Amino acid sequence: MTAAITIYVPRETAAISMGANDVAETFASCIKDKADSIKLVRNGSWGATGLEPLVEISNGNERIAYGNVTPSDVEGLLQAHLAGEGHPRRLGPTNKIPYLIKQDRWTFHRCGLIDGLSVEDYRAHGGFAGLEKALSIGAPAIIEEVKTSGLRGRGGAGFPAGIKWQTVADTAADQKYIACNADEGDSGTFSDRMLMEGDPFTLIEGMVIAGLAVGANRGFIYLRSEYPLARKILSSALQIARTNNLLGNNILGSDFSFDIELHIGGGSYVCGEETAMLESLEGKAGMIRFKPPLPAIEGLFGKPTVVNNVVTLGSIPNILRLGGNRYAKLGVNRSKGTLAFQLAGNIKNGGLVEKAFGVTLRELIYEWGGGTASGRDVKAVQIGGPLGAYFPASKLDTPLDYEAFIQQGGMIGHGGIVVFDDTVDMAEQARFAMEFCAIESCGKCTPCRIGSVRGVEVIDRVIAGTDRTNNLALLDELCDTMVDGSLCAMGGMTPFPVRSALQEFPQDFESSGGEK
Amino acid sequence: MTQRLPFDEKTARDLISLTGAEPRMLVQILRVFVENFGFVNDDMIRLLASELNLSRAEVHGVVSFYHDFRTSPPGQHVVKICQAEACQAMGSRALTDHAKQSLGIDMHATTEDGAVTLEPVYCLGNCACSPAVMINDNVYGKVDANTFDTLISKHAGQTS
Repeated sequence: MTAAITIYVPRETAAISMGANDVAETFASCIKDKADSIKLVRNGSWGATGLEPLVEISNGNERIAYGNVTPSDVEGLLQAHLAGEGHPRRLGPTNKIPYLIKQDRWTFHRCGLIDGLSVEDYRAHGGFAGLEKALSIGAPAIIEEVKTSGLRGRGGAGFPAGIKWQTVADTAADQKYIACNADEGDSGTFSDRMLMEGDPFTLIEGMVIAGLAVGANRGFIYLRSEYPLARKILSSALQIARTNNLLGNNILGSDFSFDIELHIGGGSYVCGEETAMLESLEGKAGMIRFKPPLPAIEGLFGKPTVVNNVVTLGSIPNILRLGGNRYAKLGVNRSKGTLAFQLAGNIKNGGLVEKAFGVTLRELIYEWGGGTASGRDVKAVQIGGPLGAYFPASKLDTPLDYEAFIQQGGMIGHGGIVVFDDTVDMAEQARFAMEFCAIESCGKCTPCRIGSVRGVEVIDRVIAGTDRTNNLALLDELCDTMVDGSLCAMGGMTPFPVRSALQEFPQDFESSGGEK
Repeated sequence: MTQRLPFDEKTARDLISLTGAEPRMLVQILRVFVENFGFVNDDMIRLLASELNLSRAEVHGVVSFYHDFRTSPPGQHVVKICQAEACQAMGSRALTDHAKQSLGIDMHATTEDGAVTLEPVYCLGNCACSPAVMINDNVYGKVDANTFDTLISKHAGQTS
């Protein structure tokens, strides 16, 4: 029989890091004698991380949310709920939580709603409708639909997905591949992880559609090793997909066959760069490749390869299901659709906010984020990961739009927004940008490998006040060399956080001891 | 505590064939070795070179490229503290100083009793709950000095 009451406790890294597994265990022991009437489901996270562990109790019609639940709350909370009484942790209906209602959920529309490993739940909420549509319209029409949507690569570079797919489709080869970049290494980003943990079938479905569109029958997911739970969930999801004919031969009864291999990284940031990732997928050190040739022409094992990020591929099923036009109606200018923004660092209500492009940093940080966690003023915001520029509070009205950000000397990247309060020392942050580049450089090109090491040294001298004017000029030249001479974004963009810190917060670089 | 197997060639060969005895699987096999044996040593490199028809230098080049493929045995528990920007914004530098002091070791080092190895990590994807710490495969959020000590004693049965 169907249980009358369902309790949802997220199985998601952030929720678990705040105690969700202990909460789930406590619920399980509370209801063990009531298995007929109450069941426990581990769903994905809604992304309102500031409320985790966010527990929901459903009677089948309405889901009532309880925020920041601890194991000691569980018994009383359950009793109060069943008796129809209030509880201090009660937030009300999930679909009325302010953090969630004002979003434009496209890619994450099922994340939090369902048990990510339930094919039935997935199908009941629109799953596989995109693939069925794709199978019926065929490859050229799929690519047209993706082009119409205006979807750009969500990994950071923002390259139009439809054009990339077209290139791979147009390149004749005996073998083609789909390579999903799940090496989400940028600090302040976790949208790939949340999607893989909360709705893994959407990624699988997106990859199958990509394979169908370009004529590839093999796919790879390159997942970073720092995500053990995503690995576990993805492994299960791939297995379940195979047993349900969503992967393997003759998918959903069609003549199309496709399978996916899950690869785990070795803890290297640069492997998130697409060509380094391909090298790693080939079993080698993650040294980046020269471009051209583009991976779309000569990618994995020298074959045409679609390299797309998790969120890009995860956005595809709904683009097929609901139409590219509908996606393109969201957003502004050349930034169509939605981005899953991630509020991180010193922020009161951190988490994931999927919103159409055009929303401003200020809206995200204050309306959703509630300002800093420390309650102090925002001093700097780093957008787009460790290679992204630091914005001062005066730039918070910049709309989230790829081109508007480039105009301001920044980049949206993968949508991570890291907030710092007024206690941050921006010279220390600039130094860290160079230090991180020195640690993670693949070593192939000199500006990145050596430039980053010299960068740390020069910044140290600036901070110490040693020959300041000349060292600042040297740092500027070094940044030029790295920007112009590096082979990939690692060395080529490390100067962005460094220069923005210098430009916007020069006072932080003034030595207390003065010029020496 | 992480269960680790002592290295023996038979087990290693089984792990190689289970993962796929092809050069393209080298990174994956090394991962499986680290997960099962705790680290990669010269015997494993020699074996991999012969099984995958690669030179030892080629295998070594891959081993030394990746942070995860350590070449000496770690402590019973591997404690990683995130050093990236979101965690910096919430005090990870101070937390790292505390951890070093309370464990009496530097980064990349192991306590004398072999209980804990301390390592830096650059993002655990838990950036809305900074600062984040990973102990073995478990991620913890909003960790301060007190919770750090509690977590260490919970996992490693010691406070210092």
